[in-house]
Amino acid sequence: MTQVLTEFDTIAAISTPIGEGGISIVRMSGEDAVTIAAKVFRGPDLTKAKTHTIHYGHIFDPQTGQTIDEVMVTIMLAPKTFTRENIVEINCHGGIVVTNHILQLLLANGARMADPGEFTKRAFVNGRIDLTQAESVMDIVRAKTDKSRQVAIKQLSGGLREEIKDLRQEILNTLANVEVNIDYPEYDADQVTAQQMKATSQAVIAKIDRLLKTAQEGKIMRNGLATAIVGRPNVGKSSLLNYLTQGEKAIVTDVAGTTRDTLEEYVSIQGVPLELIDTAGIHHTTDKVERIGVERSKQAIQRADLILLLLDANQTLTPEDLALLDYTKDKKRIIILNKNDLGQTLTTAAIAEKYHSPVVTTSILQQKNLDELEKLIKQLFFAGIENSHDEVMVTNQRQSSLLAKAKQQLQDVVQAVENGIPVDIAQIDFTGAWNTLGEITGESAPDELITQLFSQFCLGK
Amino acid sequence: MKTYQSSDYDVIVVGAGHAGCEAALAAAHMGEKTLLLTIGLDMVAFMPCNPSVGGPAKGTVVREIDALGGQMGKNIDATYIQMRMLNTGKGPAVRALRAQADKWQYHEHMKDVIENTPNLTLRQAVADKILVKDGVCHGVITDTGAHYEAKSVVLCTGTSARGRIIIGELTYSSGPDNTIPSIKLPEDLEKHGFKLRRFKTGTPPRVNGNTVDYSKTEEEPGDKTPNFFSFTSKDQDYLQEQIPCWMTYTNEHTHEIIRQNLDRAPMFSGLIKGVGPRYCPSIEDKIVRFADKDKHQLFLEPEGRHTKEVYVGDFSTSMPEEVQLKMLHSIAGLEKAELMRPGYAIEYDVVEPWQLKHTLETKNIAGLFTAGQINGTSGYEEAAGQGIIAGINAALSAQGKPGFTLQRDEAYIGVLIDDLVTKGTNEPYRLLTSRAEYRLLLRHDNADLRLTKYGHQLGLISDDRYQKFLAKKFAIKELQARLQTITVHPTPEVQEYLHGIGQDKMSAGVKAELFLRRPRVTVDDIARLTGEELDYDRYVKEQVEITTKYAGYIKKEEIQVARLHRQEAKKIPADIDYDQIDGLATEARQKFAKIRPESLAQAERISGVNPADLAILSVYIQQGKYQRKQK
Repeated sequence: MTQVLTEFDTIAAISTPIGEGGISIVRMSGEDAVTIAAKVFRGPDLTKAKTHTIHYGHIFDPQTGQTIDEVMVTIMLAPKTFTRENIVEINCHGGIVVTNHILQLLLANGARMADPGEFTKRAFVNGRIDLTQAESVMDIVRAKTDKSRQVAIKQLSGGLREEIKDLRQEILNTLANVEVNIDYPEYDADQVTAQQMKATSQAVIAKIDRLLKTAQEGKIMRNGLATAIVGRPNVGKSSLLNYLTQGEKAIVTDVAGTTRDTLEEYVSIQGVPLELIDTAGIHHTTDKVERIGVERSKQAIQRADLILLLLDANQTLTPEDLALLDYTKDKKRIIILNKNDLGQTLTTAAIAEKYHSPVVTTSILQQKNLDELEKLIKQLFFAGIENSHDEVMVTNQRQSSLLAKAKQQLQDVVQAVENGIPVDIAQIDFTGAWNTLGEITGESAPDELITQLFSQFCLGK
Repeated sequence: MKTYQSSDYDVIVVGAGHAGCEAALAAAHMGEKTLLLTIGLDMVAFMPCNPSVGGPAKGTVVREIDALGGQMGKNIDATYIQMRMLNTGKGPAVRALRAQADKWQYHEHMKDVIENTPNLTLRQAVADKILVKDGVCHGVITDTGAHYEAKSVVLCTGTSARGRIIIGELTYSSGPDNTIPSIKLPEDLEKHGFKLRRFKTGTPPRVNGNTVDYSKTEEEPGDKTPNFFSFTSKDQDYLQEQIPCWMTYTNEHTHEIIRQNLDRAPMFSGLIKGVGPRYCPSIEDKIVRFADKDKHQLFLEPEGRHTKEVYVGDFSTSMPEEVQLKMLHSIAGLEKAELMRPGYAIEYDVVEPWQLKHTLETKNIAGLFTAGQINGTSGYEEAAGQGIIAGINAALSAQGKPGFTLQRDEAYIGVLIDDLVTKGTNEPYRLLTSRAEYRLLLRHDNADLRLTKYGHQLGLISDDRYQKFLAKKFAIKELQARLQTITVHPTPEVQEYLHGIGQDKMSAGVKAELFLRRPRVTVDDIARLTGEELDYDRYVKEQVEITTKYAGYIKKEEIQVARLHRQEAKKIPADIDYDQIDGLATEARQKFAKIRPESLAQAERISGVNPADLAILSVYIQQGKYQRKQK
């Protein structure tokens, strides 16, 4: 339903593979592309820029005034562009966190997340691509759109999807009440007061807030995949940490205070952002009083999205190993069998079978098989998601931006009710929120409400 | 049957129910020589079901018909016995006027208007056949052998098309209220390739009002404040002595009687094959589907001033007469009620409406239009709304002019017709406010502002009335402008007033326009508090109050509408061949080919079509454009 109606929105997306290469490009297309860019750009006035020009400046957050990145902005005005619309490209310094932050700013200032293939589709619809290319592009449009729909829906974990369904049902129940009072004023249903609509809105807002907070993918996009390296002493944790944080992989090093106790490292592994948490203990491995057992790691494990669990491949499992294995059994984890010499007591296959987790045998000191580990991390991150960079971004942010939109609409309902706006008018945003949530799950049944009305109430003329 | 050549007409309308009357009047007023055929002259604009007009969405349709120059609004304003404004406790978008009609007077008044309309002939006959040559309809043949030539034909057969009445075990071929059914015409339509289906509707029993004990029921009186459907009606003519309706309830005993006799209910015994509406179920259907409800509300509605017949509203049934009697007598107030007409179910043929264009012309046969219940709708107002559109287009078609359609953001009539032709319908279609996306724009109070210009352009609204309308429009603008110039100061009187209506005090003076945005503030209050003379018509003040108070929300809907318009502007070529488009999903291809949407916006509203198909379609159309440019 919404796809074509939103055809004229200004769209934005990251158009370079995530985390790879030194420069990332965020691209916008549409009537308002330039004005939106100007809102978050400190430098020359972009709205006065001539077509096909490049401008140096900084992207900043207009809400906080904080500078985000040093950038080059390319302005290309309609019609001589790829899409035949105004196009703005922001070249930034790359890195998932910064690039994503810039995209979020554009979305917050009026752009909409592009659907997969939407730039190409616009180029096509606006007659930019010639006729000989038509058929193949059409295939692509179809393939991409279909795939992205599947992805968007598949990517929703069963739980999230159910939750959104429940939220919609919660809104629908109240909505049907509102509607029945309007269309059948004399029907002896309870009169739904504006207060009830407000209460439902508030309840749903609270649940959306929780979803926004916990929605795994969304969180990872903003903060990176929180990763804890655990294992008993001297199993190779610090070597692994050193490997992961060495040279180019490190994005940000934030040293707070003089001690390294609260150190957090951000690294990029094959484009996957990792936030290494509670690594303090690892850096204290020379400490005689180290007690980095299960107790010490528990907190980190709880917070983590991903556990890298190190075992000594040369020894049988100790009680401490078993405790860690048990404690992390419900987490997304990779078990690393670290080899110190030629002998190997634990085998990849045996461990994998017994603990139902991906297992990799490495030698961290000799840097052997570490690319296997990196591949595993990447696979795990993209699990259930298409292995295509830009589509992952799209679907994740699509969800969180739609959730945020639904929340805003519900907040408008609450405010309207508080301002004494009649129920059938405050209902405009209420219905809006219901539709917005429907976009997340890909449901759009136009007669859903009518059906609800007739099944919930016994109506007659 | 030996036929004879009768007169030629420009437009022939078959059926003189609510759709047919509006269609014929519109065509005649547009200067076309029009023939209106009816099976029974005594059934012109008759109400075979409930004796009322209006209500949510439907009442707005009546005002829309009026703004287009139709008759329904004037007709009910002349013949009502009770008038009520509904939803007064809610916002302006959903307020709705409803009238109880004197159904005999309503019929007589409409018949009188038709008889006195120039260019219009009213005649009793059953149309048996349509005349079609080379895909163009050019007339009809009647059961009496008359052969009429015409440039366009409008079919408004209501529930007469192969109508069949069912009362318990009794069934017989019949139109509504035991009239002659139309048998040959639907057969003829099938021969011409139209896809028909069976729908079912029903009506409750009528009882003698002298035998009702009203003391056991609750009174539902009419309004004291005058309100009318037509722009032309005047407050001083408002009826002071109105006739009340009465409310009562079913009870466990009633439900028990129904449950014990379900095996005799045609709805459940399998006798009824047609699909009935969900929103107007029979009482037996209600008992089965909502088994946990211990009572159902009923309205006792008088059918007119000079009759004792009382319509038992919300008690539609096709139970055997014997059971109906028991059911009635179990209800408070109806213990001794005498049954005058039993309730019945009626099955009839409808033309599946996706076979129509937005002008209500059939896609396959040019010059042939259908309107009303034949298109799968229910309700007098829905019928009349289609009738006027079909009549206008039949006239335009006869004149060789392009068609006239209303958009979803312009009128409930637009929503109704677009739903029908785009989605079809699986049950008798009733208009609800929840079917409209832009409810706040489609208010009953602004129907004249939305549509009078069209009525005037089409020649259905007189210059005199149009001048009065323009004067109202001007007054609205003037009042809006004045509110921008007047300042409301925080005087003790103003603060006191604000306190009285539960509003926060003011800290500084504001423009009256801003002051009016506060809830419960009226133009009259502003006049009083500022000493300004704001002596405007109450409809003008109402309009300014609504558009000022809800400006933000109106704006929101207007933004959505602007997008819709850009999408509606993307027309799909009429000769498009969907088999030539690579990559369309089979379901989408079939639906596009069946419905043949006129614009991308309409294509988007077809259910079961996904965004990828729309993208491909949109791309394909653009390609065509590109090809033409290349040449």
